[in-house]
Amino acid sequence: MNYQFNWSVLWTGQTGQWLLQGISTTLEISVLAWLLAGFLGILSGAVRTARVRLLFALGTLYVEFFRNVPLLVWMFFWYFAVPPLLPSPVQDWLFAHGAEFWAAMLALGVYHGARFSEVIRSGIQSIPKTQVEAALSTGLTVTQSYRFIIIPIALRILIPPITNESLNLLKNSSVALTISVAELTFQTRQIETYTAKAFEALTAGTVLYLALCLSISAFMAMLENRCAIPGMIARANPAEH
Amino acid sequence: MDFSVVTNNFGFLISQGLLGFGKFTGGTLRLAIPAIILGFILGIFIGLARLARSLWIRVPATAYVEFFRGVPLVMVIFWLWFIIPVLLKVPLPEYAVALTAFVIFEAAYLGEIIRAGIQSVPRGQVEAATAAGLTSVQTLCHVILPQALRNMIPALVTQFIVLFKDTSLASIIGYVDLTKAAQIVNNREIRPFELYLFIAAVYWLCTYGMSRYARYLEHRLRAGTQPIAIT
Repeated sequence: MNYQFNWSVLWTGQTGQWLLQGISTTLEISVLAWLLAGFLGILSGAVRTARVRLLFALGTLYVEFFRNVPLLVWMFFWYFAVPPLLPSPVQDWLFAHGAEFWAAMLALGVYHGARFSEVIRSGIQSIPKTQVEAALSTGLTVTQSYRFIIIPIALRILIPPITNESLNLLKNSSVALTISVAELTFQTRQIETYTAKAFEALTAGTVLYLALCLSISAFMAMLENRCAIPGMIARANPAEH
Repeated sequence: MDFSVVTNNFGFLISQGLLGFGKFTGGTLRLAIPAIILGFILGIFIGLARLARSLWIRVPATAYVEFFRGVPLVMVIFWLWFIIPVLLKVPLPEYAVALTAFVIFEAAYLGEIIRAGIQSVPRGQVEAATAAGLTSVQTLCHVILPQALRNMIPALVTQFIVLFKDTSLASIIGYVDLTKAAQIVNNREIRPFELYLFIAAVYWLCTYGMSRYARYLEHRLRAGTQPIAIT
């Protein structure tokens, strides 16, 4: 193997700027999609634990439909198939204002919303009914028992799986490169194309993704430890998620 | 809306895109099925290595899992796609690149599931097997793995479904799977709504079928264990 390493391609010329732009686009799209996914996930997760049959059916339909189709197909769907159905002034506006970004954000948010929904539903259902009964029997009102018992416990139970899903969302934002959103993977490819230095470019992208993911998961692990109620929630299997 | 574009190209989409018979190298199932089997086998080794007593085995396995769970799959595909031709001086076919990427990437996730499954088998089972005179390999194959597998079926099938959906990413390097086949037809016919909705339905049928089968399997296996659990 006589490959000439040249690490300086990562900071000479425009490449450094490309990488920074890539990170900021990745974070931007992930944060926006995360908010949308959180909203949809909480809504449909809550609706699926409710007893109203119509709401339950709608929630289930949403989750089962979006969760079971590849994200890439949703990207193409929101980017290529949906805009032509819109009125043409809206279309023009969209394509003048980064339609690919919004399509990717929507695809990520709606897809991961369905996955969040499952996580939230199983989190809510994992709290034993006796917790509510115990809270009520000590004289708390329903609102109080939610405010002081159920929600604090549910949030703690949900930290590890939500972290995991959020990291999946961050990593899945790389799929947006297929509809040419200039996020981190896209910029990595661009550097590869311009400099023909595949090894250096891919190393940079990989290290940046690893740094993002590992620091988020370290932070969340710290948060989880800090918030743990001693002796209250024994995580049956710390590795399970 | 005009779904005749789907009926006219049905043969191409299904036989080329889904199954992989045709002029191009392709096929979602032709990629997904070997990737699931090989990824599962590698995953067993990773999962066992994560539980090994020797640091020399455990630490590299942990690093492997943490690494691949920290990078996007697209990145792994690009690594193999761009680096292997440089290292080996021969361009690899898309199929080999895609299959290798899926196997090594998914093995990290499957390894974690398998490790958790093995840890869920009570310690007494191993002690009982040892007391009965089984060797450690026999204990693993006849006592631990069968019970561990049953415990991990739900998580395992979820991961298989994720893998099945992830195979759509092979279209990025030009592998003609279902997604790429739809793209090819769309380039000619410009009917994105009908085509993408159609392949979404095909993917949905496959994954939903998998999850239904898993539920059935879980139910049947649980029924089989009831008498043992009582005694």
